[in-house]
Amino acid sequence: MTATSRRAILRTLGISVCMFAVAAAAPAVSQERTSVKIGYAISKTGPNAGGAGITTLPNYELWVKEVNEAGGLELPDGSRLPIEVVEYDDRSSAEEVVRAIERLATQDEVDFILPPWGTGFNLAVAPLFDRFGYPQLAVSSVTDKAPEFVQRWKRSFWMLGGGSDYTDALAGLLKKTNDEGKINNKVAMISVADGFGIDLVTAARPSFSEAELEVVYDVTYPAGTTDFTSMINEAAGSGADTFVAFSYPPETFAITQQAQVAKFNPKVLYLGVGTGFPNYGADLGPNAEGVMSLGGIDPNNQANTAYRKRHEEVTGRAPDFWGSVVTFASLQMLQEAVKRRGLDREAVSDELSNGTFETVLGEVKLEDNQLRKLWFGGQWQNGNFVAVAPVDREGVSQAIMPKASWQ
Amino acid sequence: MLVTTIINGLVLGGTYALVAMGLTIQYGIARIMNLAYGETIIAAAFLAFVLNGALGIAPLPSLLIAAPAGFALSYVIYGLMLRPLVRRSGGGAGLEVNSILATFGLLFVIQGIMLVLFGGDYISYSYMNFGVDVLGASVAANRLLALVLAVVLGGGLYLLLTRTLWGTALRAVAVAPQSAPLVGIDANRAARFAFALGGALATCGGVVISMYQTFTASSGVIFTMKALIVVILGGVGNLAGALSAGLLLGLVETLVATYVSPGLTLAAVYHIFLGVLLWRPSGLFGKARR
Repeated sequence: MTATSRRAILRTLGISVCMFAVAAAAPAVSQERTSVKIGYAISKTGPNAGGAGITTLPNYELWVKEVNEAGGLELPDGSRLPIEVVEYDDRSSAEEVVRAIERLATQDEVDFILPPWGTGFNLAVAPLFDRFGYPQLAVSSVTDKAPEFVQRWKRSFWMLGGGSDYTDALAGLLKKTNDEGKINNKVAMISVADGFGIDLVTAARPSFSEAELEVVYDVTYPAGTTDFTSMINEAAGSGADTFVAFSYPPETFAITQQAQVAKFNPKVLYLGVGTGFPNYGADLGPNAEGVMSLGGIDPNNQANTAYRKRHEEVTGRAPDFWGSVVTFASLQMLQEAVKRRGLDREAVSDELSNGTFETVLGEVKLEDNQLRKLWFGGQWQNGNFVAVAPVDREGVSQAIMPKASWQ
Repeated sequence: MLVTTIINGLVLGGTYALVAMGLTIQYGIARIMNLAYGETIIAAAFLAFVLNGALGIAPLPSLLIAAPAGFALSYVIYGLMLRPLVRRSGGGAGLEVNSILATFGLLFVIQGIMLVLFGGDYISYSYMNFGVDVLGASVAANRLLALVLAVVLGGGLYLLLTRTLWGTALRAVAVAPQSAPLVGIDANRAARFAFALGGALATCGGVVISMYQTFTASSGVIFTMKALIVVILGGVGNLAGALSAGLLLGLVETLVATYVSPGLTLAAVYHIFLGVLLWRPSGLFGKARR
């Protein structure tokens, strides 16, 4: 009896000693850190995988590879630490992305978290980023409410503008072309009854009416629609010179194909997400010429051209012409902020808000935590998706209107 | 205008019918509720995409590769995976639940393989994308092809099933799998053949659809859902039913999109679905069984 109890005591003692040893060792380990842990949750499967796999994930991979090849993330004292990635697949489910971000913050205890893909997902995780004190560089989210969100979540950064930025730019272009007498002031407009389409069409209605454009056809369709013949026929019969579709990629491709079949040749053709994908221009060839959408690039910007080349070499495919370069620029900003202020998340957030950064977009300074120097409208010209709005920014190309007929 | 709308509706319906025919055979005759059906379609779409891009084989001739491949693959899947389930259930109701669970797993396996091979990107290419004039309506040639293929395959197989001895044997297995062996039919072989035939039809559909529809490795479930609606609407196991239900859905969607609102197409489809099921619980062409 005594023997057993002594043995039990010894065992408890032994375990305790081990525990203390581990506990004592733990701070030592974190002092001699050997890497910077960066985590993210991204849609690798499910309906969002197509978008995330073009705009977001390749840029994360490219950036991590480039940083690690250079010896790692540079810290204020000049030392470098390699990046260790913790990656989760959110399976395109909002619950899953929230769970993964929580896990990254509390269990993996990563140093920084990169944002997920999509407006809805970025909004879903914003309170978590805020609660755990991580800066959120939300790129692939278009929202007019960014100024409010910045008030609510101080460490959130919104990098892709709001719906009305894009629709105001489009309305301005259309009004100008109408004044020149090249197109009439009638617009036919369709939109997907889902996040992106609702946001954009809600912003477009006031933008168009302010620019004295008359919307003669305005319908929404459910996401996943594959047949647009009846909508195209109605739009063709409406007498509008401008056809606008706030669509998701599969629908953008379908509308393009079906407009060719129907020999529907509006003078201005403006389509949604997917138009700026590199394979859109590659597949269509000369027929892509003149098609407009959101985003665009300045083809003479050397930094951007070099970035596009690297992206293609490393990931094996070209970046898109809208969010990709902004995603990469946001990562460069994070890298530079860490170099200036270290791994303290509060200091890095502060630096992101107030600092000026040299990126692939050129010099970037956020205004009220938002990136405002953006391209809001682009057009396919000579195999490049060039920026045509805002018209007063340096590097802008002249929009070609009316668009040539399908060949 | 009305003629144009009806023609467009029939062409859209052709796609639905084509997608559904394989499932109606698999579910109706082999009695396997194949949830991985849409993945078979997507796999065939990828096959057509790869053959078209890498080897320069146009999608139409690649049907000759895809259909036998689909047949063989489904034949093997049935033999390895589903036959033990059939044996265990002994013809009872357990088979339906078991096959749903098993093919649900298969769905993720096929999807996972495609994700590893091709990633999650949107895939689209353009083939036969030019207008054909049908009674004054300009119809995309590739979609018209889907309709023609649906009518030819659906009509041809319907005739085979109803007019030949071989078809009668298959239908016997569908109606009474336990009694079929009594008259000398090898029920197991017939079911296996029917399942493989359904797989071949699915791959044909996949190849044709890839010509005009953007797809990703994970979009198979959309096709399974659409096919399931068409199959149940038309009557399980009935090819003529699948054909007419597919055309009906296409017509309804196009008419609603033109004359009511494109936003209500889905609502209209489900209303028709509900209405038909209330009126004829076993589908348009289905017979009350068992």
